[in-house]
This record gives sequence, structure tokens and C-alpha cells, in this order.
Amino acid sequence: MSRDSALVSADWAEKNLDTPGVVFVEVDEDTTAYDGGHIPGAVKLDWKTDLQDPVRRDFVNQEQFSALLSEKGISNDDVVVLYGGNNNWFAAYAYWYFKLYGHEQVKLIDGGRKKWELDARTYTKDVPSRAKTSYQASAPDLSIRAFRDEVVQAIGVKNLVDVRSPDEFAGRLLAPAHLPQEQSQRGGHIPTAISVPWSKAANEDGTFKSDEELKKIYGDAGLDGSKDTIAYCRIGERSSHTWFVLRELLGQENVKNYDGSWTEYGSLIGVPIALGDEPGKA
Amino acid sequence: MTTPSNIADGCAAPDQSAPLPASVDLEKETVITGIVSNAEGEAVGGAYVRLLDSSGEFTAEVVTSPEGVFRFFAAPGSWTLRALSRAGNGDLAVDATRGVNEVALAVAAA
Repeated sequence: MSRDSALVSADWAEKNLDTPGVVFVEVDEDTTAYDGGHIPGAVKLDWKTDLQDPVRRDFVNQEQFSALLSEKGISNDDVVVLYGGNNNWFAAYAYWYFKLYGHEQVKLIDGGRKKWELDARTYTKDVPSRAKTSYQASAPDLSIRAFRDEVVQAIGVKNLVDVRSPDEFAGRLLAPAHLPQEQSQRGGHIPTAISVPWSKAANEDGTFKSDEELKKIYGDAGLDGSKDTIAYCRIGERSSHTWFVLRELLGQENVKNYDGSWTEYGSLIGVPIALGDEPGKA
Repeated sequence: MTTPSNIADGCAAPDQSAPLPASVDLEKETVITGIVSNAEGEAVGGAYVRLLDSSGEFTAEVVTSPEGVFRFFAAPGSWTLRALSRAGNGDLAVDATRGVNEVALAVAAA
């Protein structure tokens, strides 16, 4: 994987709006953004209602994902081009899903909605109609998904990368600052995790920094290239952004996203937690 | 405590034009809210407002409502607001205390 295969520019996107076999998909939690205007031809995925199981605390399974993409008119051999708000957090999360379920060609628009809007590019309110398909998702590739037991065993052994803001890492805030701080789980971080906020990897306009800048950021933070890596945040979408950077842009192997993240870990009974700005001891 | 429907349990921004949810406890929360306006004093909707901590590190980002309104739930202390928009960019330092902190954030073309 590399920048050339995983990322496209807003310019490329604008030139390929009508290219057969290319499907643009906007992914957001708050889909009123899509309803108010989106890239022409783009279909929408709602992070909550489309991508999360309505009953179990988990995301959609192989059959649900197949049904969803069939309904949206996406084929296995389409090039899926994802973008969204929140600096592409949820689009990166969806990218991780597409990879998990074996989609061959999936790309992210560098900068997402923000770059598109700041560039004053065209939006439409027209919703495309696409003929249904028979999408077949593969069995989940668990080499890119981490679960809680593996995370606990990784303390002091693997790279753990906490990509939340410094105040969330230290335990001073329980959630990002645009949400009420009302969660009941404990604050802090997984001991030995390094703090590299996802935002370090992005420019102000939402585009990714250069490979050279990215390598320096994670190297300076103490990421050991010889070890396996698990990234986490609060609900797994910001860490998808960092997972994308490490695995898809920088080509690092054995990088997993822990989508249970702090909402799960910080509610577990008996696991170790570190407070403050330092990684802490195993 | 029930979660207001416009907040859900994710990280996306709640509707910035909505009044504060009834469940928000202003005895505990530190709310930083305000309006982004341009050089003519007109509200700027669709601006990207980010909250930076005292070291300049990114903490959160929201998009302003059509009325230019943004809102953060932070903690008492020193923060910087930074706005990006088609009408230009702007910065503002804020010393927040518990409760509601109202500010005005101006943007201008460089």
C-alpha cells in the first residue's frame, strides 16, 4: 500500500466524477451535511444507522455489509472513493471496513469535505439512483482489527498509539471537546501507549502531511518500526485515520485498529490505566 | 442520564444551532460558544472552528451553523479558537471558566 494507491486529490476526484466504475461515497455520523450538499453522484453512508449493528454492540457483519453495498448499488469491482466531514474520520473508518471485508479498490479523498468546501468546489443536493447489485463481502480480515484481550496483552510489548487529544490521553477530558463530558467510564490511557493525536498527521485543511513529515512524527514519538502496532481512540474512528496513515500511506505492516477503543477499555473491570501525560509503566 | 438524540455516542459535531441539551449540567460543564463573523459583521456559516489547547495542540473541530454558531465542551483554562472559512481565517485566545463562555470570532481574508 502507498499514497498513490490509497489516496486521491480533490482535483482527481473532480475530474473523475463521471468515470464509469468509480463510485463516490460520503460517510458521516451527521448525514445532514450530505443532505445539504455533496459531491455530485456521491451516495451516502450513515456511520450509525448503516455501519453499526442495531442490536449488538458491534459493527455490521459480512452479510449485513454485503446487503448494504448491494442496496447502495456498489459492485465488488468498483473503485470506491470515500470522503466525509470531521477531517475524514468516518470516511477513514469506512475505508477500514471496506478493507476488512476484502474490497479490492478503495481510496480516500485527501482533505475530505473540508478541503472540497474551502476550495469552493461544486456541491449538489441531487441524490443519485443506482441499480442494485449483488455485492459479496469476504470474511473479515482480522489482521487489521484488534480486540480487548489482545490490547491488554500488548501493554509493554507492542506499540500502542493513543490518537486522542492530549487532555483525553491524560484523563483531563473524557471526550472530544465538541461533545458533553458526560461519559461514566474512567479517564486516562492504556499504560505504555504513546500519545500521537490524529491531528498531528493532518494539515489544517484536512489533507495528510507528506510521508517524510509523517515518518518523523511517529519516529520522534517513539513508534518502534520492528514491533506490531495497535491504534485506538475513543470509538475507533480517529484511530482509523491513524491506521490509514501508518498502514496505507507509510506501508507499515501489522497495524491494527482497536475499534472498541477507550469507551470499551475505560469501562473494563480490573485493567490497568495510566493517568497524566506520560505513557506509564507496564 | 439520557443522551440527547442530536449528540449520539460518536465524535461528530452536534447540531451547532441547537440550544444546549437539557441534560448538560452547567455546574460541571465548561462551554465555549460564539459566532463567527466576517469583516462586515455578517455571520459566517460553514466555517471550520477548531479548539486548540494551551500548547497549541488540536482538541476538537466543529462546523458553524448557518447562523455562524459554534460550541465546545472544554475544561476551565486557556484555549485558542481558530477558524478557517472561504471568507478568511481568524484566531482568538479564550480564558474559560466553568459555565457558558460566550465569545465573538472574526475572520478576514489574509
